Amino acid sequence: MRLIFDKSVEGRKGLKISDSDVSVQANLPKKYQRDNPPNLPQVSELDVVRHYSNLSAMNFSVDANFYPLGSCTMKYNPKFTEMIANMAGFTDLHPLLPQLLGGGMLAQGSLEVIYKTERLLSEITGMSSFTTHPLAGAHGELTGVMIIAAYHKHAGNRRKYIIVPDSSHGTNPASAAIAGYEVIVVSTGKDGCMDIDEFKNRLNDQVAGVMLTCPNTLGIFNPRIKEIADLAHRSGALMYYDGANLNAIIGKARPGDLGFDIVHLNLHKSFAAPHGGGGPGSGPVGVKEGLVKFLPIPRIAKRNDGTFALDYNYPDSIGYIASFYGNFSVILKAYAYMVYLGKSGLIDVSEKAVLNANYLRSSLKKYFDIPYDRICMHEFVISVSKQKQKGISALDIAKYLIDNKIHPPTVYFPLIVKEAMMIEPAETESKETLDDFIRVMKDAAELSSKSPEILRCAPVSTPVGRLDEVKAAKDLNLRWHKR
Amino acid sequence: MDIAEGLLYTKEHEWVKIEGSCARIGITSYAQELLGDITFIELPKISSELEQFKPFSSVESVKAASDIYAPLSGKVVEINNLLESQPELLNKSCYFKGWIAVIEVKNEQEKSALMDAESYKNYTKELKH
Repeated sequence: MRLIFDKSVEGRKGLKISDSDVSVQANLPKKYQRDNPPNLPQVSELDVVRHYSNLSAMNFSVDANFYPLGSCTMKYNPKFTEMIANMAGFTDLHPLLPQLLGGGMLAQGSLEVIYKTERLLSEITGMSSFTTHPLAGAHGELTGVMIIAAYHKHAGNRRKYIIVPDSSHGTNPASAAIAGYEVIVVSTGKDGCMDIDEFKNRLNDQVAGVMLTCPNTLGIFNPRIKEIADLAHRSGALMYYDGANLNAIIGKARPGDLGFDIVHLNLHKSFAAPHGGGGPGSGPVGVKEGLVKFLPIPRIAKRNDGTFALDYNYPDSIGYIASFYGNFSVILKAYAYMVYLGKSGLIDVSEKAVLNANYLRSSLKKYFDIPYDRICMHEFVISVSKQKQKGISALDIAKYLIDNKIHPPTVYFPLIVKEAMMIEPAETESKETLDDFIRVMKDAAELSSKSPEILRCAPVSTPVGRLDEVKAAKDLNLRWHKR
Repeated sequence: MDIAEGLLYTKEHEWVKIEGSCARIGITSYAQELLGDITFIELPKISSELEQFKPFSSVESVKAASDIYAPLSGKVVEINNLLESQPELLNKSCYFKGWIAVIEVKNEQEKSALMDAESYKNYTKELKH
């Protein structure tokens, strides 16, 4: 497809600008005036509409096709939440309003949404309180690690290290490092969980916190999680729960009951707000009682008369971490989703997410190696190592899936599995969709011996075929130049 | 699996070649194969001090970014600048043209914590996943 710039025809216009009825005086000093007019594409309105309509049709989305992207929980985003988020009472509200004298009374509905979202998330995770401010998952992590730092600093005891397992999401060590900690990486044992002996050896009185996902990236729930939390607490460290995999346990287990002190959630994963290009994200952070005073300001308080107001009176707070109160429309969508599903509906979410993943896992193990093969939670990891011996890689299979209108799973992560494909179907997919995926994966496994060239040439149905990834990484060129 | 004789190895898949009082460092064929096509390397600075088994450099490939750990402690005296424009040498010639740095060895005794070619070969065989 040609770029909009390539469609430009000299002199063609898309709109007519009305004459100005006030006199225009160009007082802009010469040095600020540009020498040449900007090189904008010269196209008609219809050119523009067709161009972007056709571009949008090329987009791959969960509204169009199956999207089993491990670790990302690409569940369907129900449209009623969009309708609610588009209501004028919300969209026309200025976020500064509750900060103005008397303005809070004109924003009660939105303040109540934030307050009630915080209460619901606290109940679901077993935390005392939440902040909705963080704008995405990794931002939530950084906020959480800053709270860990504030806690130790407040106790007059600066610590140096954060422990993460080698199966952790890359953002965990990155957030810890950005917050100024050194990272200790603990390896994965034969059972697919963090090696507990190595953990004991590495744990010391300079460890500030332990960051874990549970279930972890291999989709395995750590049966010794309570023991790990007790060990960490005994040495004075806090337990941090990365909520990326919460979809597996909603309504079944609460991070707070498992011994975690801080959690971040991804509303764009577990609570059905759009994820990725359709974002933005939202990464609320919840804490146990003793840490509430460190949460970012302003907080939303419920007053005795039942009204809601901003509360800045938290002298130990880590301060501001975002403009205003988070990505409000995302928080609103998640709130609507939770209220609509209710308790039984949310329990159904995690049960079906786990059932769907296990159905795929047990069906695919006939064709692929599954290194940690046991009942999984909401996701699992297969290895293309068997096919690799015939020269077919996880990347080849991923590209073949594109030709079959399926978004490839996460590949080459976690790093502890060779030729990894990390598959997460989510609860919103039907058995027919899962069966279709199994059929395509079976075909891929068979093609790897029968006609490997089909896999190596894929994709053939896309606007561009197999990309040269090395060239793309080394000689990045994103700028259009007039030919 | 391509393992060069006469070198010493780490569990994190770095090799080291003792050259008098100095040591030449690189990554093994096992590492480059696992990483896939390498697109970038962050080289250490001349005169920087490396500490055994601590990260001193990192590589990026089309699949992942990964730390490189120092097999021995010591001061960097030479770096392979060629890798900046041709990181693919780490894939094509990991034991020769793709060397990363030369250090002045600080403590000879640290060598005892490294593997010889034979033990490294056995070690990689055991790494199933």
